[in-house]
This record gives sequence, C-alpha cells and structure tokens, in this order.
Amino acid sequence: MNRDTVPEAAFLIASLLFIFGLKQLSSPSTARSGNLLAALGMALALGGTLLLPNMGHFGWILLAIVIGTVPGWLLAKRVKMTAMPQMVSLFNGMGGACALFISLGEWLSGASAGRDLGRVLPMLLGVVFGSVSFTGSLVAFGKLQGLISEKPWRWPWQKTGNALLLAVILASSAAAASSQNEMWILLPAAAALLLGVAQVLPIGGADMPVVISVLNSCTGLAAAVTGFAMHNMSMIIAGTLVGAAGSLLTVLMCKAMNRSLARVIFGSFGLVPEGAATAASGDQTMREIAAAECAIMMGYARKVIIVPGYGLAVAQGQHLVHELDEVLEKRGVEVKYAVHPVAGRMPGHMNVLLAEANVPYPKLLDMEEINPEFDQADVALIIGANDVVNPAARTESASPIYGMPILNADKAKNVVVIKRGRGAGFAGIENGLFYNPKTRMLFGDAKKALQDLVTEVKAL
Amino acid sequence: MNVGTLGMIYIFILAVFTGVEVIRRVPTILHTPLMSGANAIHGVVLIGGVILLGTAGDDKVLCVLGFIAVILGTLNVIGGFVVTDRMLEMFKAKPPGKTSPDK
Repeated sequence: MNRDTVPEAAFLIASLLFIFGLKQLSSPSTARSGNLLAALGMALALGGTLLLPNMGHFGWILLAIVIGTVPGWLLAKRVKMTAMPQMVSLFNGMGGACALFISLGEWLSGASAGRDLGRVLPMLLGVVFGSVSFTGSLVAFGKLQGLISEKPWRWPWQKTGNALLLAVILASSAAAASSQNEMWILLPAAAALLLGVAQVLPIGGADMPVVISVLNSCTGLAAAVTGFAMHNMSMIIAGTLVGAAGSLLTVLMCKAMNRSLARVIFGSFGLVPEGAATAASGDQTMREIAAAECAIMMGYARKVIIVPGYGLAVAQGQHLVHELDEVLEKRGVEVKYAVHPVAGRMPGHMNVLLAEANVPYPKLLDMEEINPEFDQADVALIIGANDVVNPAARTESASPIYGMPILNADKAKNVVVIKRGRGAGFAGIENGLFYNPKTRMLFGDAKKALQDLVTEVKAL
Repeated sequence: MNVGTLGMIYIFILAVFTGVEVIRRVPTILHTPLMSGANAIHGVVLIGGVILLGTAGDDKVLCVLGFIAVILGTLNVIGGFVVTDRMLEMFKAKPPGKTSPDK
C-alpha cells in the first residue's frame, strides 16, 4: 500500500464532509449538525496531514496548535452575541494571514524547483488574496469593535490610489516571478497589505457585513490557491466552496440590504446627498411619551408588533423584550416580532439574539410575512431600529436608502419608538416616521425603558 | 495523488458550482451563521501551514513561517467553529410550540 493512501482517503472524506456540512448549514433544522460535520472534516484533514510522508517537527506543530487553540477557544466562547460580526471578521483575518505566510514559505522554498506558471501563479495569488483579506478583515474588525471610527474615511485621490496599488501589485508580481531574488515577493505582499487597509477604511460601518462577506470569500480563494500550490485537494475543494458560497452569500446579502455590491466596494454609500436630510419638511416636532402611558397603550391593545433593531442588541435588552412580551400575552395581547432581514448588524443577526433570549421561533416573522399585518396592529413598538422603518425608502428618491424594502411600521394605528437620543440613525439619515403625528418617542436606554414598561404593564 | 494542474482546475470549477448550489436556498435568518460556518471551513489553510512546518527540515525561515501559519490557521478553525456553534445553539427547537423548522 502506498504511504499516501491513508492521508489521501482522509482528505477525500474530509472534502465530502465539508460539502455536506455547508449544505446542512443552509437549513435551520440541520445547521448545527452541519457545523459539526465540517469540524469533523477539519479534524480528519488535519489527522491525514500528520500522516503524510516526510513530515517532521511534530512537537512544534503541536505547540503551534495549542497556542492557536487556547485564545481562539476563549475568544469564541466569551464574546458577546452582539459582537459576533467583528469576531467572524477577526478569525477571517487570521485565515488570510495564514494563507499569506504559507504562500511566502512556499515561495522561498520553491525557488530551486523551477518557476513554471502553474506553481508561481497560485503562490502569488495566495500572497495577494491572503494579504488583502488579512488587513481588510482587521480594519473591519476595528471599525465594528469601535477601535477606529466607523465613519467612511475619505482622502484625496482615493480611487486613483487604489488603482495605483493594484498596478504596483501586478507589476511587482511579474517582477518577482521573473527575478532570481526571492525577496521580490515582499513587494506585492506589502502593496496588497496596504490595499486591504485602503479598500476597507473608506467603507462605512453599515456596510461592514457585506465587506466581511466579501473578505470571507477572499480568504476562501486564498485557501484554494494555496491548495493549488501545495497540490492538496482538500484545500482546493474547501477553499473554493467557501469562495463560491461566500460570493453568492454576498450577493444575497446585498439584495436583502438593497445595496449595490459595486457601490459598497467602490464607495459612495454614506455620502448623504446635500439636502436629503432636510427634505422631510413640515411638522418637525417629536412627541414624547412616558413609560406609564405607553404601558397603558399596549396593555389594552389587541395586537402589538415589536420591531427590534441594533439599539436593542447593544443595550442587551433582548431578555427584557421577551419579558414584556410575556406580560402582555398574559393580558391577552397578541405579540409578534417583525424582523427585518438586516436588523442587527448582519442578515439573521437579530434572529440569533432573540433566540438567545428564548423568544419562540414562530413569533419571529420575516418582513414579507409581517408587513400586511401592520394594518391590524394597535401598536408598533420600535426598539432601537431606525433605517429599516424609514418611510423615505419608499418615497424619497434622493435618499440613500431609497428602494430598500422596509417594515411598514407606519401603517400601525400607533407607533412608539424607543430611542436613545434624537440623532439620526446608523446610516446618518433623518427618519420622517419620528415626526409622524401618530408616533410617540420614548427616549432613553432600551434596557431601562423596557424595564419600566414591564413594571408598568404588570401594575395595570 | 497527483492530478496535475489541469486536473486541479477541473476540481476548482466543479467546486465553484457545488459551493453555489449547496447554499442557493439559504433563508435570510441563516446568513450570519452560514458566513461564520464558511469562515471556519476556509480555516482548512491550517493544513497548508502544517505541511509547510512539517516539511521545513532545517530551514529556519520556513520553520518560523510555518509555525506562525499553524497558529493563525488554528485560530481561524477553532474560533470559527466555536463561534458558529454558539450562534446555532440558539436555533435549537424550543420545547413548546415546535413548528415547521424549515421556514
């Protein structure tokens, strides 16, 4: 029996497990087992690798795995659910950096092995994709974590600069491929690292999920091309799967958020057109409401629809929403949740957060399901959501969110908005709904406001 | 197993179609966990790191690069799968009122 047989079999089975895992991950009832299948595949692939012929340095390998496992495990276990998106980005960046280091290593070791295109190209691509993914993901992480400003960064000659960087990458790659000096590879690597930063900095926080998704498929491709360079089928298959699935996911996400991918990448969202903010003229007063009054309004309603947004998540108010829901239901009020596809920070993020608070799954309704029901709702309670209920998306063609599908909260008989302050939302756009005569504002921290509401409803 | 460059390109193309097909019908609520799960799967680069380090021999530079790559790859794999599992844990069916799971 060939010494390669066992590892190759392991790689084959691992590849199948990755495919099945990904398949199961895309359906709610099987998603968790899909993740476990993929993890099992990873363990198999790793085991197979260790059995490859000519392997050594097992002690060092083990040590490196331990060093990576401990912080990875702790970070993943301890991170708050609200901080998930940036954590995914951080781990994604690690994968990108890993591909970068491997490709560099392959490059330096492969110098004597001849320079045919089939070997050189994957290494160069691995260096470039890995670098962009690494620094891009770190910037995305920094933005979502609040380490650097979420605002779109602008500087002169932005697009020209990026195009220039791309040209430098191409030229220096060609130079590295034809030069005898291996160190030339550091030039495209440095340019690509810079490009990752320059490409993500100008993108605003609201678009970060799309960016993370793009970088995710970028790392997938980096893994795939590294697999090409190393002739490893598992890496090619798994990397390509992620690259392709990630690309489709990006497109789906953009559709859900009504963003154009090109505009996210090449930047212009976040630049609110002059005058758009003042377009909502007329009655510009917000009407406040006290918690007690709001509790009466809801306690005697027949139907309340809750619209949770990111503000609810940051205030960690998910559990209180569930409590409010329970006290209302006890009084015979029908309570439902309207979950916009991009509520929270990523598509599906809000579902995760509410599920964490034990809100029964059937009460969470998609936009298409809930929109016809707002007509019959006595109260729409909007908690920390803004852009997803902004009627400007339907009416004002000048608004940057024009055309985005929104929740028709303004169709409810009464609208109550729990909001921290009077400022504009995440995307910096004024919301006419807040000035609507049937809207009442309950200013304050979402958690505190919900606590008050629960107490008041109980006291009714 | 040596399939040559062309063979690898075939595999690449087929994997592109597979990747698109398997997630084509993913519901919006699963976008975040799916992205996270895919993120864990591309942690497969770890394997490349292990091979690089394992076959580095006496080359100090390769050893260092491989060592770092294995650490980074492990972070990606472990972090990715654990975060995904934590997210999906929330989706498990609630005891009462378990309705159609594929919505």
